[in-house]
Parts: sequence; structure tokens; C-alpha cells
Amino acid sequence: MHRGLAVLVAAALLALPWVLHAMLPANQAGFWTGNILGRALVFGIIAMSLTFLATYGGFVSLAQLMVAGMAGYAVAVFVDGAVPRIVGGLGYGVAIPLGLLAATLMGLLVGAISVRTRDIYLLMITLAISMGVFRFVETNIAWFNGYEGIRNVVGPDILGTDFRNPWVFYHVALGTAALLFAAVIYLVRSPFGLVLQGIRDNPRRVAALGYSVGLHRIAAFGVAGFVAGCGGVLATIYNIGISPGSIGLGPTVNVLIMSVIGGLGHPLGAFIGSLIFTVFDTFAATIYDRDRFNTLIGAVFLIIVLVSPDGVLGVGARLRRLLGPPPARDSKAVQKQKETSCPSV
Amino acid sequence: MELAAIIVLNGLTLAALYFLVASGFSLIFGLMRVVNMAHGSLYLIAGYVGYAVFEPLYDRDVWWAWYAGLASGVVCAAVVGALMQKLLLGWMQGQELRQALVTIGVSIIAADQLLAFYGGTPRQFFAPDAIFGSTQVPGIGGYPTFRLVQIGIALAIGISLWLLLNRTRLGMMIRAGVDDRDMLGACGVNVPLVGVAVFALGAALAGLGGVVGATAQPLAQGMDGRFLLVSLVVVIVGGMGSVPGTALGAVLIGLAEQIGQAVFPTYSVILTFGIMVAVLALRPQGILGRA
Repeated sequence: MHRGLAVLVAAALLALPWVLHAMLPANQAGFWTGNILGRALVFGIIAMSLTFLATYGGFVSLAQLMVAGMAGYAVAVFVDGAVPRIVGGLGYGVAIPLGLLAATLMGLLVGAISVRTRDIYLLMITLAISMGVFRFVETNIAWFNGYEGIRNVVGPDILGTDFRNPWVFYHVALGTAALLFAAVIYLVRSPFGLVLQGIRDNPRRVAALGYSVGLHRIAAFGVAGFVAGCGGVLATIYNIGISPGSIGLGPTVNVLIMSVIGGLGHPLGAFIGSLIFTVFDTFAATIYDRDRFNTLIGAVFLIIVLVSPDGVLGVGARLRRLLGPPPARDSKAVQKQKETSCPSV
Repeated sequence: MELAAIIVLNGLTLAALYFLVASGFSLIFGLMRVVNMAHGSLYLIAGYVGYAVFEPLYDRDVWWAWYAGLASGVVCAAVVGALMQKLLLGWMQGQELRQALVTIGVSIIAADQLLAFYGGTPRQFFAPDAIFGSTQVPGIGGYPTFRLVQIGIALAIGISLWLLLNRTRLGMMIRAGVDDRDMLGACGVNVPLVGVAVFALGAALAGLGGVVGATAQPLAQGMDGRFLLVSLVVVIVGGMGSVPGTALGAVLIGLAEQIGQAVFPTYSVILTFGIMVAVLALRPQGILGRA
């Protein structure tokens, strides 16, 4: 049943561009496919790296976008055709793995720096690290071309088609997202994932069982770095380049917003959150005011945090509890039903 | 030699400003365990509101224009801070991460509304005549008077904060609250009210930093992020909730920034963050923080 549903969802997502093509005029269908769904998937991947850390490790890291940006910068520095040429000379087949390596190493580094901190301390420290990198990148000309960034990272040709063709981009993003999603789900059920969840619930007991808490934490940040790196490479190709502005404070907080709006309870929440965010981002002009997108998204974020801290996924779960038949193990719901049935006696 | 002295003095004046802003952040964190991610927004709000009061008075050439701007900025920041604690944060006490997220939401909305109201033009206060111009400093020559005043303000605030926390009844309550909120409440103290007072005080310090900072250097959109970052780094280095720690952190970071910019310009950020990483590795609670 569960697996059947997953196959159905996957088929629907694969077919979505054609459905859109049949429903909308050609240019609009392309826009929806590439600039809304494709972009939502890419940022969903980055947000998922945060959701993975938050859900299974309890680490709310604000460094994930910076880590993704490092992958993008590594590709832009090494790939042939980028403007200006920093190192260059490599094809995408080599540059992209280098980018993923850079992101993984950066993830490990962030994990190592913050290894002795928890909760809000971790939030502060990861934010400080990512803003430090941002300011370094912004002022460094030799490696990152400073404020201007590196342009013209167009991506490889896929089967003779331009990478940035909306249909190609969407399906590459969808394939990457699906693989990473499956990998994360698999990983959290593996012994490593179980130890990670143990650390989240009680680090001391995990240490008493003989596991190295620090190494597992750092490794989790490395995994999250790799996931974020995949998103970072795609985002860089989507934007045809990268500049410090794309890893600044605003975008960093946006990734957190996506994760929280979707829900920090399950990796799926990242994609739901990023889709909601992208739709708001695109249509803020028609909803409220062209320039006041941030007020709108800030208000949505604030309301979600105040009303349903577990995000849209949490709202869904609550509705299910309210509307559906109460599951026997949910003692609260049973209690409620007993209370309501009492007066009739 | 003269250059070195100027760099050190620049570092100290910058440290004074950092101390003003970060001490409020540290104070709020110390008692409330709230990471106020809207701290930079309070800096910005005070700067802009203060300027809105200051500008018409300055045009009329009133001598107290700057003081009026300062007072209104500080009061406005304090009111916003108190409202934030009263309306949004008070009822979720203990859920630290959720509180941090709420303040992030507030900071996004605040930054966007400030942009809508005041636009993107940078503004700068003119210091009153008494502290305008330059002063002869032995070994350096002429140095902007206001920057020296800035150090004086920071010293005065630091000493009064220390006195407030260590020598008054309110300070006693705050320190007791840091150790055990529940027991403080059981002793008959209205803990939520103390919380609102602390939040107002911390926000007022950010506001003071905002007006003082906007006099020393232009005020522009995006400064909220910068001063939030400064507050984070200073309290991480110095130690959470400790006034001397915040002062030490501010001096270290202010000096590191100025020296770094003079010695290796495009890599100066690395020095600041090197200090932070070293402190985290050796003393995760900060240099003067309590374990």
C-alpha cells in the first residue's frame, strides 16, 4: 500500500511536465516546469540536508546553504567556460564531483567546529560560520572574484540537449532529489542512522554504549554536506553562475524557512516547504505587493512557528487525527473520544 | 608606530560599539535563554526612528536634536523588545529553538517594513557640537572626538550594567533567574515581568548602539545582519550572559577586525573566525562563560 503510493507519486511527478504542457500555453508550461517545480526541487534538496540534520540528529544548522554554495563555487572555479576563469580547464564530469567533494569537506569542517555545541548554540555558531564564509567570499577576488561572483556556468549537455532546458532540468533535479531522498530514508534505518537518533535523544547513553558521539556527529554533517552540495551544483547551473549574494543572510534564512514551513519531522517536509516558498516567491506580486515579498513570507513563517511548530506536515497530521478514526495507540485521541461519549450516558 | 596606534584606537572604538550592541544580546540570552535573532533589527529600528526624530530638529538647528534622536531611538527599541517578549516569546518559555525561529520571523518582517518606510538611502547622524570635530590625542594627533566619546559611553554602560547586575535588587532577581527560574518564581517574584524588563533593557542597549553607531558610520539596510553577526561572535567568544566576557569578546573582535584589515585586507575575516574557532575548540562556553 505504502510502496504503491510511492510509485504513484513518482509516476505523477515524472509525468507532471507533460500534464502542464497539455493544460497551459507552451511558455507558461516551461516556466512552471523549470522555474517553479525545478527550482523548488533544487532548494528542496538543500533544505532536506537541514531537515536530515534536524530530524535525526537534532542539529538545526544554518550553514547548509553556505555548504551548498561551496559546491557551486568549486564547480565554477574549476569548470571550463566560466567567466572569469579562475582555474578552469576541467569538464563538468570532473568539476561536479569536485564540487560535491568540496561540499562534503565543508560539511565535515562545520561539524567538527560545532561538535561540542548543541541546540541554540549550534544555531548561532553555524550562522556565524556561514556569515564568516560569506564575507570572506565577498571580499576575496583571487579565488571567488569577490562581489561579482563567477558567471556562465551553463551545465553539461544531456543527451545532446541543453541542461537548462526546463524539461531536462526538471527531470535531472527530480532524479537527484529522489535518489537523495531514498538514500536519506535508507541511511536513517541503518545502524549509523540509529546511532544518530540515539545521539539526538540522549548522547550520554550512546557514549556509554561505546559509540563515539563526536565522530558520528561529524559524519552526519558530512552526509548533509554532500546532500547540500548536490543542491548547490544544481542551483549554480540554474542561476548560470554563483555570487556571494546567493549565500548571504537572507538566502540562508530562507532555507531554514522552507524546512520549518514544510515541517522538521520528515525529509519530505523540505520539498513541501520549498514548493510553498517558491510559489509565494513567484506570485508575491499578485498576492500582496511586488516588493514586499519578505513581509509576506516572514508572516507565513511566523504564523507557522506560532501555530504549528512542526510545519505543514504537522498540520496534516493534526487534521488526520481530528478527522480520521482515532488510532488505538494514540491515547490522547482515545481520551478525547471517551470524554465526548460520556455525556450521552 | 603612529599607524599602529591609530589601528589600535580604531579597534577599541569599534569594540566599544560592538560591546554596546552585544551586551544587550548577552543580557537577554543570560536570563531568558532566548537567542534574539532580531537583535540587529532593533539596532536598525532605533537608528531609523531616531533619525526620523533627529532630522527635522537638526534642520531647525536645535542643539538637543541628537539627544532627542538618541532618546527616541532607545525608547522605541525598548518598547519593541518588550512587546516581542510580552506578545510572542513569553508564552513559549523553555522552547528555545522555537523562540529563536520566532525572532527570525520578526527580523525578516522588520527589515522589509523598514525598507518600505525608509527606503534604501543611507543616513548618518551629526553629533552635537560639543562632541563633534577632532581632539588631539598624544602620539596620534587629531582623532574624531565622537569616537572617543563612544569609548566613554561603552565604559559607562559597562560599569552601570555591572553595578545593576551585582548591586541592585533587580540585578539580584536577574542573577537568581539565570540559575533557577522556578525557584525565583516560588520566592514570590513576578518572573514574566522581570523577563519583559530584561528584554526591554537588552533591546534598549541595541537601540543605543544603533544611534551611536549611526553617528559614527552611515546607517543602511543590511546593517541588521552585520550587527547580529557581531553580537553572535562577540558573545560566543566572550561567554554568554557575562558582562566582562562580552567586553573582552568585543575588544578581541574589534581589534582583530581592524588589525586584520590593515595587515591582510582580503583575508581579515579569517582572523576573526580563527579566534572564534579556537575559543570553541578550547572553551566551548566562551572565555569568561560559566560551564
